[in-house]
Amino acid sequence: MAQQQEVKLMKGNEVIAHAAIRFGCDAYFGYPITPQSEVMETLMELKPWETTGMVVLQAESEISSINMVYGAAATGKRVMTSSSSPGISLMAEGISYIAGAELPCLIVNCQRGGPGLGTIQPSQGDYFQACKGGGHGDYHLIVLAPYSVQEMHDFVELGFELAFKYRNPAMILADGAIGQMMEKVVLAPQQSRMSEEEIASRYGSWATYGKPADRARNVVTSLEMQPEMMERNNLRMGAKYRLIEENEVRYEAIGCDDADYVLVAFGSSARICSATVEMARAEGLRVGLLRPITLYPFPMQPIAELAKRVKGFLSVELNAGQMVEDVRLAVNGVAPVAHYGRQGGMIYTPDEVLTALKQKLIKA
Amino acid sequence: MKETLIIAGFGGQGVLSMGKILAYSGVMQDFEVTWMPSYGPEMRGGTANVTVILSDRKISSPIAYEYDTAIILNQQSLDKFEAKIRPGGTLIYDTNGITHHPARTDIHIYAINATEESAKLGNSKLFNTMILGGYLKVCPVVTLENVKLGLKKSLPERAWKMLPENEKAILHGAEIIRQVR
Repeated sequence: MAQQQEVKLMKGNEVIAHAAIRFGCDAYFGYPITPQSEVMETLMELKPWETTGMVVLQAESEISSINMVYGAAATGKRVMTSSSSPGISLMAEGISYIAGAELPCLIVNCQRGGPGLGTIQPSQGDYFQACKGGGHGDYHLIVLAPYSVQEMHDFVELGFELAFKYRNPAMILADGAIGQMMEKVVLAPQQSRMSEEEIASRYGSWATYGKPADRARNVVTSLEMQPEMMERNNLRMGAKYRLIEENEVRYEAIGCDDADYVLVAFGSSARICSATVEMARAEGLRVGLLRPITLYPFPMQPIAELAKRVKGFLSVELNAGQMVEDVRLAVNGVAPVAHYGRQGGMIYTPDEVLTALKQKLIKA
Repeated sequence: MKETLIIAGFGGQGVLSMGKILAYSGVMQDFEVTWMPSYGPEMRGGTANVTVILSDRKISSPIAYEYDTAIILNQQSLDKFEAKIRPGGTLIYDTNGITHHPARTDIHIYAINATEESAKLGNSKLFNTMILGGYLKVCPVVTLENVKLGLKKSLPERAWKMLPENEKAILHGAEIIRQVR
């Protein structure tokens, strides 16, 4: 029980590594890139292959990493990778294949500024890529947006849980700020990895861990040459996405009950905006913050409900305006929606956000 | 209690590790803490800075727009951060290499020459803990006992043999810091 009280000071990236081991991850395949390299560095330091038996492998590229994840996930194992924006772009094909083959896995994107090689400083410019595709075809990732080092830890467990519940890849969409920042974190006690028997009994209907004599072979593929069959697959996945949208929306509403204006922000932006809310309220302005925890599924309903009684929404993102499109869909013209962002690795301060709110909505 | 602090200087001066010692000392004192580094070009020879926040309640933004205290270790950082200290706040700077001294009159200003003093002790690696000692003399946000614990926590075990020297450097820093205005 003493283990449960273990308070550490760690970077978000280091915590991803510790959490992966503690939540019984079977394998990590990755390739270094700033600002997430501490994930694999920490795993290499901790040497989990000597304790839990977890495999940690630096592949020759991000493309190899994600395809190793694909192969290992097909066996019913808990597998993951991590990268930062340009590396995630390289993985896009593999991610689409994994979604198409309906396999569970965890992908961590510690975002940096783009497009292209861009910058190594924090950004939230990969919202579209994470939530709207990135790879080709009709698919969704389950996307979790941590706003603290503790949530980097907690969402490793949640990400795996949801990935296996829906047989769908899950992504932790962090950014350079959350990955590089140190905060207090309470680490979970060590859980054991799943045994071969447990995998067989839980995932025997689909996983390719070795065919026993008493059942037909499992086939893992995203390919289906017959259009009738492929459409059936698409519809089955669509039904799964509706189920995810109905059951897995997570968000936090701070000061929204009496709010005239609501900031919508995720990840490091939500941390900054929570200070903006305090500053605004000290000035007598009734400002709230709605923080989506799941970016897909997006908290459409809570925003639609708020839209009926607030005077406006400001979507605050470290990009040119991406999540604001989902906010507008949720609000559906009922209230004004504006966007405020910084790009290129620049980060707004809480007072800058308050000034933007006043200029864009309150004075308007 | 809330202390928002920036430590800024050259890469290699121990800016990030000084912040880490302070952050861990805060953990030992049951504070909430955030440690937010500049990362990237800084690690490759440019300027480096870290924002450390210690608070007795939950910390909202780890990104600060003004600082209660700035610990400044080179001219570039002084030029950049002097204006970002809140009125009534504190500026501590190492005088080595400073040609344009701070000009503000609405903040408390302290100078310390830890570059020279640590060189005198024959170990320039004690520079950052000496500065830390000076800071804690002026802003005793954490107790010396918790700083000792924080120091130990933030160092790998192989470096624990350096603990006594660093503790001495902290005490020495407290002695040599002087108020400018």
